[in-house]
Amino acid sequence: MTRFRCNGMDVQTGAAPMSRLLDVLREDLRYTGPKEGCGEGECGACTVRIDGEPVMSCLVPVCQVEGAEVQTVEGLAQPVVHAVQSAFLQHGAAQCGICTPGFLMAAAALLDENPHPTREEARVALAGNLCRCTGYQKIVDAVVRAIAKEA
Amino acid sequence: MSIGTSPPRRDGLEKIVGSSLYADDLRPDGCLYGATVRSSRAHARILGLRRDPAFDWTGVTLVTAADVPTNIVTLMTDDQPVLAGGITRHVHEPLALVAAPTREQALAAARAVIVDYEDLPALFDPELAEGNAIQIFGHDNVFKKISIRRGTFGGRQGIRVRGRYQTGLQEQLYIEPMSMLALPRPDGGFTVQGSMQCPYYIDRAVKRMLGDERVNVVQAVTGGGFGGKEEYPSMLACHAVLLARASGRPVKITYRRDEDLRATTKRHPSIIELDTLVSPGGHVLEFGARIVMDGGAYHTLSTVVLSRAILHVTGPYRAEAVALDGVCVATHTPPNGAFRGFGAPQAQWAAERHMDRVARTLGLDPLELRRRNLYKEGDITATGQVLHDPGGFAVLDRALAAAEAPVDDKTIRPGVTAPAMARGRGLALAWHGCGFTGNGEAKIKGKVALEVRDGTVYVGIASTDIGQGTETIFPQIVAEELGIDTARVQMLPHDTAQVPDSGPTVASRTAMVVGGTALAAARALRRHLQSTAMSDEHGFDALLSRLAPDATARVVETYEVDANIQWDMDTYQGDAYPCYGWSCVIVDLRVDTDTGEVIYDRVVTATDVGRALNPVLASGQIEGGTLQALGWATQEEVVLDSRGGMRNDRLTNYIIPTALDAPEMVTELVEIPFAGGPFGAKGIGEIPMDCPAAAVAQAIEAATGAALHALPMTPERVLAALETPGESR
Ligand code: FES
Ligand code: FES
Repeated sequence: MTRFRCNGMDVQTGAAPMSRLLDVLREDLRYTGPKEGCGEGECGACTVRIDGEPVMSCLVPVCQVEGAEVQTVEGLAQPVVHAVQSAFLQHGAAQCGICTPGFLMAAAALLDENPHPTREEARVALAGNLCRCTGYQKIVDAVVRAIAKEA
Repeated sequence: MSIGTSPPRRDGLEKIVGSSLYADDLRPDGCLYGATVRSSRAHARILGLRRDPAFDWTGVTLVTAADVPTNIVTLMTDDQPVLAGGITRHVHEPLALVAAPTREQALAAARAVIVDYEDLPALFDPELAEGNAIQIFGHDNVFKKISIRRGTFGGRQGIRVRGRYQTGLQEQLYIEPMSMLALPRPDGGFTVQGSMQCPYYIDRAVKRMLGDERVNVVQAVTGGGFGGKEEYPSMLACHAVLLARASGRPVKITYRRDEDLRATTKRHPSIIELDTLVSPGGHVLEFGARIVMDGGAYHTLSTVVLSRAILHVTGPYRAEAVALDGVCVATHTPPNGAFRGFGAPQAQWAAERHMDRVARTLGLDPLELRRRNLYKEGDITATGQVLHDPGGFAVLDRALAAAEAPVDDKTIRPGVTAPAMARGRGLALAWHGCGFTGNGEAKIKGKVALEVRDGTVYVGIASTDIGQGTETIFPQIVAEELGIDTARVQMLPHDTAQVPDSGPTVASRTAMVVGGTALAAARALRRHLQSTAMSDEHGFDALLSRLAPDATARVVETYEVDANIQWDMDTYQGDAYPCYGWSCVIVDLRVDTDTGEVIYDRVVTATDVGRALNPVLASGQIEGGTLQALGWATQEEVVLDSRGGMRNDRLTNYIIPTALDAPEMVTELVEIPFAGGPFGAKGIGEIPMDCPAAAVAQAIEAATGAALHALPMTPERVLAALETPGESR
């Protein structure tokens, strides 16, 4: 039995310790926000935050999150949508949307550390996430403008 | 006013909070997981399929070719089986299916099916395929041949320039792998739900396979397609239905990435030879082309891909006489299919590279050479079409102005400023026929339904939103015409039981053709309300107020084909497309002359979109397509193994651009309206794929002197070209 917190709730799973966190989230806990694009750490669609750090959940055995705080895109929207989520909507950064949950988690982690990243800093932070629809232009726009400069 | 503004996408909120349900997010009660047994041979007789006796088969459903009522994937020709029975014609071809309670069990069961083969000789080289003794398709392995002749050859003085240009396979690489569910219906039929572009293709394919009309097809939220989810999902849906039929349970098949890469369609590789006669002043007198495309083992849409290639192979340029020949052949490789651009990017890569070769031969500036030949008002194309309002010069001027304007340093990628970096700028031009070729729309008769209930207008179309934003644009079109708020226009689910057949989501036709039909439907709806209310009131609400509060209305409008369009399919003469989009791309890059790596700094695109219905969505399409084209230019290479299958079947070794590889983009929307499109809009989905590769090649040449003529221009190819400057490769 693995116990952890997910999106602010105490959860437990009887899944085998080496089960992928991605499968536990999607299949057992029914958080289907994290997506599987490759299953081997290359696309970032499965990105969640573990104790604040963006991590590809397809590479993490569930036993590793014992006692940790896991956040998925569903949790990022609670209690209100995160500034970067609104910015994605406003700037057209989500097209098909399959990559969006992963980008949002990576971007939210970046903005926690660095609320006003340059375009280049945003690109570096998002280099582990693949998007095939946007050419990244509007994703970078959304991330650098998510947190208003004057705020 | 709604048109020309950018309300956020309709499905955006669900997408940013993670509540959108894609096919693999659906898990109906009692759902089984399906997996596919695939051929390990390129060409073989299948002697038999056996269950491994050591495997525990309890709870596993197995389906083979013998269980398929009509073993055909319905598309254009009837050559492709749902499951191969007697002969397998390409590696990774589906031979059998299994379903089990968990994905792991299903995958294990698929591995436990033993196939006995008798190998047959296989053919991989498209240049040897036509008429080869090894037969794959028909008697000569030719899927399609097309020739276009116009004007007379000979008797002219000039300089002859010849070149050979090649392109490789490219994977669409939608980030959501293929996924499809089949659910048994209480009436004995099936509902298919999944990731797709064309619900009615699947509807027809499943009904024909079963010989049963009790089928409906519903699109789930779809994580990208780019053409890749045009035809292949028909086969996948047939597979899921076969397993649901055999097990009596809902069945879901989701491909793993490696399986998706190995098994699904790719962009057709091409070999294009151009032979031109030009005047010393750089005017193209005679233009000859020979195109060879590799269709793979089954036809899929190869005829149409070849057609689009040949219709674009001159590039956006005049010639006094043309002789264009194209052939698409069969080889024992996985079938190639639809991919954004549909043959036009391959053709215009060749056309633009050839322009540079002509410029080099004549000692002319490549840009000046293009100006001398670029289509002008009233020019006549290779098919005899008279061009009106061609946009080549407009996009060229806009791109040059944007590229030369002083830039904010922050919007140039810094690249890496090692001493071995050579800097270059390249430019390319393209045109792109919007919608189906010739009178294709007349055959399709795409329909749009509008329904009014409780003051809300519901739009029923089979065209799917696979990321382009059509769920947002259709309400904008209808709301604009009816003069109401877009919030009062809703989309019906893309369920073939509820919406009419609008034709497939392909060929840059959704916004332009289906959108135009939606506009006509809104007008028809007004007329309908006027006659019901017996009023000639124009306003939608004024009309509604004259009807009973619970009044409903429904109109179905069919695409009105422009009677002036004349097209002869046999001679390939006439109006090839109802209109053309135009594009100019300018690339700034650096070449690492030690490693051969290309680093993109900035890309300016100017694209004639007719009218930008929603500028944010339109520029999003262009930016995404541009990066896909840059990937095709320098990064994306499919490596085949000895059986003709994809060897680099992982995202670790099939590399697509990341945010760090992508340039900063300046996206200029040029609006030259098309009278036949809604509010002037033209198709824009595919044109961004046409220019970038050639612009990159010109920039590499400007930076280093190395002229490359084959895609992708990987670091190895760039280095090789640097070592032997002046050689054609
Ligand atoms: S699914 Fe985890 S990185 Fe692709
Ligand atoms: S929006 Fe489709 S992959 Fe990013």
